[in-house]
Amino acid sequence: MSKTQRRQTQKEKRQAEDIRDELWELDEKGEIEVLPVPEPYREVERKDGKVKKIPLEGLWHHKSCGQCGHIPGYSTSIFWLARELGYDYYDPKDQTSCTGWNYYASATSNEAAQAGVALRNFGQAKKDGYYPLIHCGTSYGHYKEVREQVVHHEETRDKVREIMDKLGHDLVMPEEIVHYSEWTHAVREEIADNLEYDLSEITACVHPACHYYKIVEDDAIYDPDVYGGNRTATVTALLQEIGANVEDYSTWYDCCGFGFRHILVERDYTRSFATQRKIERMKEEADPDVTITHDTGCVTTLDQSQWVTGEVHGRNVGVPVMSEAQFAALAMGAHPYKVCQLHWHNTDYKPLLEKMGIDHEEAWEEFEVEVDEIERGDKEYMTWDDV
Amino acid sequence: MSEAEKLPRAERQRVNEVERTPAAMDERKRAGTMYRTSYDDWSREDKEALFEKVTADLRHEDFMYGCYECGICVAACPSARFYDFSPRRIAQAVGREDVDLFFEQLNDDVWDCSQCFSCNRCPRENSPGGLITIMREVAVTEGLESAESALEGYERVIYKIMSTGTQVSPDMIQPEAFPDWGPTAVEESEHMQEWRKAIPPETMHTTDTAWAVSDRTIAEMFLIWHETDVIDMLEDIDPGVHMILTDMMEDKIEAL
Repeated sequence: MSKTQRRQTQKEKRQAEDIRDELWELDEKGEIEVLPVPEPYREVERKDGKVKKIPLEGLWHHKSCGQCGHIPGYSTSIFWLARELGYDYYDPKDQTSCTGWNYYASATSNEAAQAGVALRNFGQAKKDGYYPLIHCGTSYGHYKEVREQVVHHEETRDKVREIMDKLGHDLVMPEEIVHYSEWTHAVREEIADNLEYDLSEITACVHPACHYYKIVEDDAIYDPDVYGGNRTATVTALLQEIGANVEDYSTWYDCCGFGFRHILVERDYTRSFATQRKIERMKEEADPDVTITHDTGCVTTLDQSQWVTGEVHGRNVGVPVMSEAQFAALAMGAHPYKVCQLHWHNTDYKPLLEKMGIDHEEAWEEFEVEVDEIERGDKEYMTWDDV
Repeated sequence: MSEAEKLPRAERQRVNEVERTPAAMDERKRAGTMYRTSYDDWSREDKEALFEKVTADLRHEDFMYGCYECGICVAACPSARFYDFSPRRIAQAVGREDVDLFFEQLNDDVWDCSQCFSCNRCPRENSPGGLITIMREVAVTEGLESAESALEGYERVIYKIMSTGTQVSPDMIQPEAFPDWGPTAVEESEHMQEWRKAIPPETMHTTDTAWAVSDRTIAEMFLIWHETDVIDMLEDIDPGVHMILTDMMEDKIEAL
């Protein structure tokens, strides 16, 4: 058998298999411990037609460095939604980033190191008694890539086991790798039941995040009723459920231009791509009030690329960008600054708030009262009680 | 082109009679006898040794099944629209074992890739983006000057992620670092301290990390970098960051 035939056979064998079955087999052999999805969970349909379990609570929120660092309203809105809907969660300090941004940007890492980082986080989640919920699209895609490698590469598994033994962590892999946008998808009806604002006049374009559905595609959520099942249903199904008008545009499959390395040291490419292939196409074809997406880099790239391309280059831009968690939280009455932290965003979002019926001037005054109290030393931090 | 490179291929191979194994290349690297100044100064044997490092990687077989030149990956690729770059050529160079083209790509094209994995829609299930991940790792590990150049300006990010466990931090938002972000970056940097405190989750009041990471967790991450030789990857590419991280890690790992 030639090398190519052998690889093709391996590929077909893997396609017929379900990685979860392989995980449970390794669990039975004592090679790895599968962390089962806790109840209650909801069942959704994957791209390959199989069922995926989405846990609702008892979740270990695996935060995103880009969200927490530069778009803090993104993570805060996810937490706020869980609190509003009454679902228990844990926000750990014993968590590192997946380090995938660096892996894809500089390559100063390797397969074993990336698997070590992933399984250390999963092992810590088990120790804390919670189930991981992944905030970042890259972490989600990368962890699924790591899962494939840990299952299929015995050498990697052995290396990581040796490291976890030294660290005192069990070699744990969750039964399902779950992205937060799959959680918002699973609770979309509850979000719709708690709306404060009418979204029927709001037009939104959706940018599906590459690392959510392109790195490992099989278990991304698809729905025959959303785009005929031809692209992921996450985000769009939620927007439809809460009554916004989702308009299509021709370059939906294109990435945002983030580029991992490029957004940090070669941003001319990032800005050009984000503007010319995404925002301008949306403006011309759908003229949306907002662009909604579900990953860290996409919000950053699509939002932050518009100022200079509009002001300096006179391009046809000016579409506010946020995550579906922030948009859903706003629609449920979350404070635009205390919770959604929109002051960290760049492209003007105030026309959107006005169209939704949100008084952003009053909201800013309320936020400034909190900031003044912090500056005077009357309080150290703003807390959940303050929002 | 060097005199040796002007010779016919068979003759070049005879002239460059050196052992063609990654281990032999490592030895030449340690001895300082490996050329690394330009494409033409590299012997074919060294290019082949680099190629073998890529194909020996465990991920290679998952990323390369064979290309039938349909071009779907190119049509989907964002970098192909803005650079002289083609994921199809990457897959073909690796698939055909064209080490000369591979070597050029290793020093140039691989850094154009956006790593979005739009090319994964390949009907043969190749992953040119995945091949590039491996190629970049080899370029970094071998300390290629092209890799050093591609990562110029990125060192502070490598230091941040490897020392704190979070890739970016709020205090990186400085007007001089992000002039294209306009007045927003200015305002954020001016109000950084109080605005970060005005975020409800208690883990996010930090300015030098994206969230508060416990010391124990950072030490555990250091052990992972140490055990998997990731720190050594920096030795050629950024000796300064390598030295600082090595010093920083030693005590923390011992305390675990």
